[in-house]
Amino acid sequence: MFDHCTDPGTLDGLSWLYCYLTTGKHQSMYWAIGTVLLLLVITAPAALIFGFGGATAARSRFAPLSWLGRGYIAIVRGVPDIAFFLFFVIALDQAFEYVRHKIKCPDWDQPIRQGNDFVVCAAAKLPLSTSPQWVHETYGFFLAVLTFAIVFGAFAANVLYGAMQAVPKAQIETAEAYGMSHRQSFWRILVPQMWVYALPGLSNLWMVLIKATPLLFLLGVEDIVYWARELGGSKTRQFTDFPHGDWRMWYFAALLVFYLMFTRVSEIILGRIMLRLTKGQATTAGEAQRKAAV
Amino acid sequence: MSCWQTISDYGLRSLGIGEKLLPRSDFTLCQQFTLIGSGLIWNIYFGVLALVAGFAIATAVAVGKGSRNRLIRKTCEWFVFVFRGSPLFIQFFFGYFLFLGLKTSHPALAPLTAAAVGALIVLILNTAAYSAEIFYGALQSIPKGDVEAADAYGMSGFSRFRRVIWPTMLRLGWPAYTNEAIFLFHATTLVFFSGFPTTKQMGDALYYANYFADKTFNPFIPYPILAGYFILLTLTVTGLFGLVNRRLNRHLPAASGSKIRLRMPLLR
Repeated sequence: MFDHCTDPGTLDGLSWLYCYLTTGKHQSMYWAIGTVLLLLVITAPAALIFGFGGATAARSRFAPLSWLGRGYIAIVRGVPDIAFFLFFVIALDQAFEYVRHKIKCPDWDQPIRQGNDFVVCAAAKLPLSTSPQWVHETYGFFLAVLTFAIVFGAFAANVLYGAMQAVPKAQIETAEAYGMSHRQSFWRILVPQMWVYALPGLSNLWMVLIKATPLLFLLGVEDIVYWARELGGSKTRQFTDFPHGDWRMWYFAALLVFYLMFTRVSEIILGRIMLRLTKGQATTAGEAQRKAAV
Repeated sequence: MSCWQTISDYGLRSLGIGEKLLPRSDFTLCQQFTLIGSGLIWNIYFGVLALVAGFAIATAVAVGKGSRNRLIRKTCEWFVFVFRGSPLFIQFFFGYFLFLGLKTSHPALAPLTAAAVGALIVLILNTAAYSAEIFYGALQSIPKGDVEAADAYGMSGFSRFRRVIWPTMLRLGWPAYTNEAIFLFHATTLVFFSGFPTTKQMGDALYYANYFADKTFNPFIPYPILAGYFILLTLTVTGLFGLVNRRLNRHLPAASGSKIRLRMPLLR
């Protein structure tokens, strides 16, 4: 990458390390940090939408919908999340291909499940076998995001459901006394007020989400765990200009530090947001702030 | 082949007892139920041992975190911060490669690279940190009057801790600790997906579920079976912890005994 790095054999000490850490493969690893951040940025709002849907469904007065919402929350919480990750990645892929198969190849007469194979017509394959590499990678990432959103949506639904219950009943009763319909009181009274009750749970969820991002590796995305294993393994002079022993331990130590800093920074920022939101609220924390200010 | 035959062949397969080869084709429902159930032995092994050892460490760390000695307090705070602030998945990887390094320098430490020992150590430390935070919170919210009453009875030092502070701490922290136990059992499924290798295909429940899903390319059978097993396991844990909770609260009027509710997801 840099001129003085062209002959690593002559380097030593810090300049060797500097050149080593800026090789092309290492830059792919730094880009993988971007993948993790991208996942977080897309998944957090998506999970919130799923969660909102789940919580609203669980509160529904239409019994089957309510069972559906409650079932969604209960099942995802009763079963290890990794099982869901492994399950949804295949299941979603097959579901998409199945639907496309039904639409694109209506005159296909063979069964889709043939023994241990899942066979759809070539036009229904996702992504198409002719598409370039980046489409395959994007599709894999998209499946991962959807899986994360479904699983974390259930956790968010649990938090939001609790927050909706925590809004004082008198508020809703007052809204009804003013003649608001069920829908109006939900959107105008309940939803704006529930966030302060939901925030502690949601910030906990954010931390959990950060700590779940290495699981991307299990979903077949080339994330930082993949690169740490790849780059850390011992390299001989034959394959690289920078031979070294088994350094995977150090790579994972670096990842450990990365995640520790990430969670710490989030903790501080979320603490500030909480402080702002509780200001003037009729809760214990708000009361404590008021007393401290006097 | 009858189902009983399958159960006797594969019932203890995860421990290496029984048929050597895993089924390769024509998978029956019975095989999937048996093997995934057999793998559950490992999840229970990891979960129970980590809970027992983690509990002891957690109590010590929780007390240490409230210590007046700066060195002890800071050490305990850092321990909790490191294990709660980083993903368990990365901890497993780091632990495994650390143990690999130790193995090359000290051959006597070779057993640490096996999942049964190495992963267990990581799990123990991890659950100890999470539980320590729960117990520390409980220690902070022990009613002042309880400690004052103990003082009035002339208790001090260890006897005050053992007879008053510790039971109250457990009572207050128990609902949260139940959740922690459940998520610990869920976390045990990560072991064989995070560096620690399986020997002779002796894996946990998720390992076998994943095996079947890979072989049949049909995730809709093995994963729901796994889910069923884990829901049963969760219910068992909740039941057992509920019994302990009843005992911890037995001196209180029935109405005020805090019920265990499943709240706040705490997975890593």
